[in-house]
Amino acid sequence: MERARGSQLASGLLPNQQFDPHLMLQQLKSLLIAFAVLAGGLALGRHFLMPKTFGQRGHYRAAAVDAIEKQPVHYAGREACAACHPEIVDRHSKARHQTVACEVCHGPAAAHTEAPTENKLPAPRTRGYCPLCHGYDPSRPTGFPQIDPVAHNPLKPCITCHNPHQPEPPHVPEECSACHGEIARTKAVSRHALLAFTQCHNTPLQHKVTPRLVRPDKPRTREFCGGCHAQDARSPKEIPRIDLQTHGSRYLCWQCHYPHRPEGD
Amino acid sequence: MGEWKRDAREPSEQISGSRREFLHTCSLAAPLLLLGLRAAAVEAWAAPEAAYNAREHYYGMGVDVARCIGCGRCVEACKNENDVPREPYYFRTWVERYVVGPAGEAEVDSPNGGIAGFPPKPSEKGVLRTFFVPKLCNQCADPPCVQVCPVGATFATEDGVVLVDRDYCIGCRYCVQACPYGARFLDPRTHMADKCTFCYHRVVRGLVPACVEVCPTGARVFGDIRQRSSPLARFTRFNKIMTLKPHLNTKPKVFYAALDQEVR
Amino acid sequence: MEPLQEVLRQVTGYIYPNEVELHWGLLVVVYPYLTGLVAGAFILASLVRVFNVKEVQPTYRLALLTALAYLIVAPLPLLAHLGRPSRAFEIFLTPNFHSAMAMFGFVYAWYLMVVLLLEIWFDYRKDLVLWSKRETGVRHWLHRLLTLGAGDLSPRALRFDQSAGRFITIIGIPSAFLLHGYVGFIFGSVKANPWWSSVLMPIVFLFSAIVSGIALMLLLYLLSTLLRSKPVDMVCMDKLATFLFYDLVVDFSLEMLDFIHRLYEAEESIQILSLLVSSRLFLSLVILQALLGTVLPLLLLGSVSPALRNRGIVSLPDELRRLLYAGAAVLIQIGIFSTRWNVVIGGQLFSKSLRGLTVYKMQLLGLEGLFVSGFLLVLPLLVLLVLIIVLPPWPEAEQHPEAGAS
Repeated sequence: MERARGSQLASGLLPNQQFDPHLMLQQLKSLLIAFAVLAGGLALGRHFLMPKTFGQRGHYRAAAVDAIEKQPVHYAGREACAACHPEIVDRHSKARHQTVACEVCHGPAAAHTEAPTENKLPAPRTRGYCPLCHGYDPSRPTGFPQIDPVAHNPLKPCITCHNPHQPEPPHVPEECSACHGEIARTKAVSRHALLAFTQCHNTPLQHKVTPRLVRPDKPRTREFCGGCHAQDARSPKEIPRIDLQTHGSRYLCWQCHYPHRPEGD
Repeated sequence: MGEWKRDAREPSEQISGSRREFLHTCSLAAPLLLLGLRAAAVEAWAAPEAAYNAREHYYGMGVDVARCIGCGRCVEACKNENDVPREPYYFRTWVERYVVGPAGEAEVDSPNGGIAGFPPKPSEKGVLRTFFVPKLCNQCADPPCVQVCPVGATFATEDGVVLVDRDYCIGCRYCVQACPYGARFLDPRTHMADKCTFCYHRVVRGLVPACVEVCPTGARVFGDIRQRSSPLARFTRFNKIMTLKPHLNTKPKVFYAALDQEVR
Repeated sequence: MEPLQEVLRQVTGYIYPNEVELHWGLLVVVYPYLTGLVAGAFILASLVRVFNVKEVQPTYRLALLTALAYLIVAPLPLLAHLGRPSRAFEIFLTPNFHSAMAMFGFVYAWYLMVVLLLEIWFDYRKDLVLWSKRETGVRHWLHRLLTLGAGDLSPRALRFDQSAGRFITIIGIPSAFLLHGYVGFIFGSVKANPWWSSVLMPIVFLFSAIVSGIALMLLLYLLSTLLRSKPVDMVCMDKLATFLFYDLVVDFSLEMLDFIHRLYEAEESIQILSLLVSSRLFLSLVILQALLGTVLPLLLLGSVSPALRNRGIVSLPDELRRLLYAGAAVLIQIGIFSTRWNVVIGGQLFSKSLRGLTVYKMQLLGLEGLFVSGFLLVLPLLVLLVLIIVLPPWPEAEQHPEAGAS
């Protein structure tokens, strides 16, 4: 590039002179030599320093991918456990914790699969561990089983009642709040605090055993709420009344009012 | 799982529910089936890595916000699997907690990336809605970090994963500046850029990324975008999908379901 | 890890966990400041050569040497801030042509090798030959070496020096624009950062570069003349001050345009950016950059220099006037340095989640510390001193009694 520009300079700026290497200005000769030495040095350096696999698959060293592929695996994956622990895996795979991989609680197991006796895996047995998932937190999705770590059987390690591989509780929950903590807490501070869950939800006993297969029902009509809140309802006087005919008649009650925390508190 | 998802169940959930019930009734046949599968799986684990062809894959991840319980197991597993510095300033993945108040103002926190869960947060103003959001490198199809790397030390592989070359990075940190998602950091031990690799070393061995492996609720789904029968394909088929900061046109390959407008 | 813990305590709102560490510190503030001075000094030199502004001729050679001195030092802060400085050569080995930063290598090399060195060489060649003829010892050999063996002083050769120099200056102006405009582009093209991402960024950088360059040359010319006990050319000073004023007006207008545009568009980032300006950047942006660094010099130069009225709105004696010029130039340097600070550091003080602000903890020691940056700000002046000793830019050095008629 320098060469081209240099000669263009020579011929372009001194148009009357024919280009002839012998007539070439001393300055240009010197500069050309200097730039040639520089360019040669750079080309040589580049030749020796250029990484071998650069540009094979794109603008990067292909060898970098190989190096990353060779990094050691620490989490062996749940499939690896079944080879030696078939009973536990079998039981676990049918229980509620079936989506919870072994290594969630037992930690990375690759070293253990290679040398089972030298590298024992931990099993968390303290009360501190399970609440990571099951401690009550309003940010968790509603319906996800959560307990209050302070109030729920204080000081008892979780594993005395729950087998982590088959965590169904030893007896069915007595309170709805055992699973529906978010709703229970909301309702507890609302004007509906004194209403039992079963006032509005018919709950078959089987719901406590197979909660996802048998579900409680929900009110379906305006008249259900009207049972307490209609003008002619037979309920205590201090309960607010509405005229079912005129009050937001195109909506169902719970489209505006959240029954677990009706407005006005 | 999936029953405790917020709101009504989507059709997909019902399908999966009935499928589970079906399996449940067939549980007598299951042990045989499982044994067969297990044998195959163990073989795959023990077998020498078959020639992996990157061109046959194109990876992405699905994140179902409505399933995240904020347990932080993904953060822990990521740090274990990838030797990420344990200090609370370096994360390849982290979990954020959003608490939206009655006036719509959001408060966000991520104590130590959520690695030890989230301490209870008293909110004086009350809560309109609240949820957890797992974050990680979005493995953009048009990655700004790759665009700005002066030397070609960060790049997208043929199977769509953005990686950092640890023998080549000069530590200029332009990629850290260019990432809109805060997904990159400078490893204090090597003085080089580091980020989520989708656990590339696991993926080429046929395993899923560590965070996906340990997510107890299936909030994270990993798979091949182009393959029609991958968990990810099912995820993107049955959910309404959103990506982070779509206006920046980075074309993320981490797809969020049930994403809230407050998440940035 | 202690400094980062300290930062974590001072974060307000929410920032991504990886944002606790601020990645581009003081060194990266110094870098655009230095490159700006290069571009500014060169533009001033080209005023003489291309636009024939005879009044500022006394600053011509000094400006060229200043540009060179600052250009030599400019990449050092970048190098020092790298995590792996020993790998810096990779930028030339495998440049990523999509990367604004990779292009730095080429713009820099082009500017250094093709523009600045060539222009200085063509301009000095005749003097180098004549100096080496009458000198002895080290200076003789040094100057002879610098002629690169081209000792031809024929009228044809000298004519060629002239036209080649002019030609290079003409290429040099867009190159200088490119050099500093590109530095602006490094920041302006980061779409992830709403404080940086702006098409105006390269232009704002450019004009602030010219402002800082002219102000520096005004200071250096005044200082060098006084130190050599020579009379200060007030025509030159007035012209410099006038140019400084005009350019400052353009620079300020551009910055205001950027500011108003952001405010009026009020995109999603406006809240956090307003908070940034009114809290973390109040001192460096509103006080230092805008008031002390721009408005005050504008008032000073506008009232004293012949920019608006032939003898100045307030007519002052030469000594006082040049003192005020110097004061304005110093204020402008502070202002432009604050500008660089506000771009580089300011752009990292807010989270890309647009939900929180963090702080910058400056270190004293270490490569990224205050002392190294201070040293890098002084170093160009030392380099300039060496250059001045080797290639005296003063008019009396161009007198060659023995050459006589030539």
